[in-house]
Amino acid sequence: MSALAHVPTSSGQAAAPPPRRGRHTALPYLLLLPGAAWLLVFFALPLLQLAAASLYDPGGSLSTGYAMTWAVGNYPEALQAYWPQFVRSFLYSAIALVLALLMGYPLAYAIAQKAGRWKNLLLVAVVAPMFTSFLVRTLAWKTILSDNGWVVGLLRDVHLLGPDGRLLATPVAVVLGLTYNFLPFLVLPLYASLERLDPRLLEAASDLYASPLRAFQKVTLPLSMPGLIAGTLLFFIPATGDYINAELLGTPNQYMIGNVIDSAFLVRLDYPQGAALSFLLMAAILAIVFVYLRKAGTEEVL
Amino acid sequence: MTMGHETPAGDLRLANLTKRFGVFTAVDDLSLTIPQGSFFALLGASGCGKTTTLRMIAGLEEPTSGQVLLGDRDIAGLRPYKRPVNTVFQSYALFPHLDIHENVAFGLRRRGIRNVGDQVERMLALVQLEGYGRRRPAQLSGGQQQRVALARALINHPQVLLLDEPLGALDLKLRRQMQIELKRIQTEVGITFVHVTHDQEEAMTMADTVAVMNAGRIEQLGRPADLYEYPATAFVANFLGQSNLLAGEAAGRSGDDALVTAHGLRFSVPAGRARVDRGPVFLGVRPEKLHLVERPEQVPAGHQHVGGVVTDASYVGVSTQYLVRTAWGSELSAFSANSGVGGQLPLGAAVVAHWDPRHAFLLPRESGEDDQTTPLLDQPPVGVLS
Ligand SMILES: Nc1ncnc2c1ncn2[C@@H]1O[C@H](COP(=O)(O)OP(=O)(O)O)[C@@H](O)[C@H]1O
Ligand SMILES: [Mg+2]
Repeated sequence: MSALAHVPTSSGQAAAPPPRRGRHTALPYLLLLPGAAWLLVFFALPLLQLAAASLYDPGGSLSTGYAMTWAVGNYPEALQAYWPQFVRSFLYSAIALVLALLMGYPLAYAIAQKAGRWKNLLLVAVVAPMFTSFLVRTLAWKTILSDNGWVVGLLRDVHLLGPDGRLLATPVAVVLGLTYNFLPFLVLPLYASLERLDPRLLEAASDLYASPLRAFQKVTLPLSMPGLIAGTLLFFIPATGDYINAELLGTPNQYMIGNVIDSAFLVRLDYPQGAALSFLLMAAILAIVFVYLRKAGTEEVL
Repeated sequence: MTMGHETPAGDLRLANLTKRFGVFTAVDDLSLTIPQGSFFALLGASGCGKTTTLRMIAGLEEPTSGQVLLGDRDIAGLRPYKRPVNTVFQSYALFPHLDIHENVAFGLRRRGIRNVGDQVERMLALVQLEGYGRRRPAQLSGGQQQRVALARALINHPQVLLLDEPLGALDLKLRRQMQIELKRIQTEVGITFVHVTHDQEEAMTMADTVAVMNAGRIEQLGRPADLYEYPATAFVANFLGQSNLLAGEAAGRSGDDALVTAHGLRFSVPAGRARVDRGPVFLGVRPEKLHLVERPEQVPAGHQHVGGVVTDASYVGVSTQYLVRTAWGSELSAFSANSGVGGQLPLGAAVVAHWDPRHAFLLPRESGEDDQTTPLLDQPPVGVLS
């Protein structure tokens, strides 16, 4: 058996054949062209413009016009004025993420592994709410959580809420709204990962002395990591920047950073501040995503 | 720890084990005893219930009824991770996210054993995969993955090791080497091996005891030579090697012989080689026990014979395999060793096929079944039945 037992000296495979020349090498770039052009016109240029706006003279206004004064001080000022909303944004979406994971992981697992012939129907059920507008769904939650709705009535009856306790216009409502609205973004990538999980691996784990809990920890969880990472990012990023839920289900006391940016641009017409806040939010999210990917193992995602 | 790896195991016993999937019975009232430390082969065609039987022993499938006993303990109620049994899966089921080292260490780690490094290295050496520890399963060939699966199960020193067609993906040469290797490992570690295969040669060369399974039942169980020399049913006679089976009627005993009439000819078989001696029977003779001569005078004393015409001859090197058509139209197959004695028989030659009655056997037959001859060169090529 000596012929088999040899240990290769390097893990590298045979050198790849030299790339073919001519129009074949240009094809991938041609395919990139439409998307790249789109991103340039509708993302990169506006982003530059926004960056410029964030450095305009804060003393200007729409009517008098803005002067480019490289006013770097817009950033600390904006942060000082609105840091509570910043903190609240991350706090609310983090809590919503935990709730969504508690609901979404078992849900994705059940659909992927246990649903049998109901699988497609259940998937449609997860996606179906997206057929109506985000706004309409959130307005529906306003009705569901309203003071004379049955949810509040029930909670009052079982004394989880005081006789005049309410859900609407509280942090609870905003967090629940976020959880509900972004749940599919978590469930779908998770489902895709768990769907590929071979149940025979769980049998093998169980044959090798792993209790169901251990098998989950050592096999299911690591194998669903790509979906878990993608899902948490797809949930967390838009949830942090969201302003609809706080607007419709909360009060100014629950406002998140999205609401502040919204009013800076559309109500207070303070463009430099709105732009600076946008960049701060972007930077914060990028930093969090970066740290998260470093910790969670980029190998599976990138 | 409830696994009791330290206590002597005792025999593995299956008692009236049955598994139904809906109305379909995959394993049908199976009862057998596998002595501790033996190499037991479960042989049968694809779909006959071999995997289902192993899964019930491992605890991955719940029996519809019946018991699985290890020593005196009924383990049928134990969850799989509590059973002192490990499996080499037909699909390997290696963990793709773990490297080879961690795959092999998996069972030890789950049992809370630390410092597994040395054990894993030794086990990888045993299956000749030294230096592969840091690779992922996807970077290994099918044969290497199979050996990882073997190492991953064996490292736990279970009381019973279940092997579900563990050599199925190997090419012929490696398969033979691994057969010898497996047999050596089994003798060394003294663990009970239950080896499932559809390859009769593999079962015969490796196992102390072979059970031939058909449609969820055990057709026959015994030492490989006993099964081959004196099969119990037509299925076994055809599945294990090849056989010429002549449809006849047994007419009871005469002294130490059982008498048979087939196609108007009278034959006899020693009573000790007759599974039945009345009613419809098959008179069986293995092709290598059937000798061909040109004239009736050449038939040795005491041998029985039928006449025929050579219709096909295949020269396969060590032997020549002939087909002989009898007067009633059936074909018999006969292997003649290329020992240098006697020449080749031409096609169309009138011959007499004769055999020693002590090499024949009588098997029960469903009335209505006709002669059966395994066609020439139809020994299932290795690996075709999956
Ligand atoms: N989970 C199942 N549901 C329904 N039928 C099954 C199931 N598992 C096995 N079977 C059937 O039981 C029979 C025996 O299967 P198996 O034990 O895998 O056969 P083998 O391993 O001998 O090829 C097959 O006909 C198969 O289709
Ligand atoms: Mg099988």
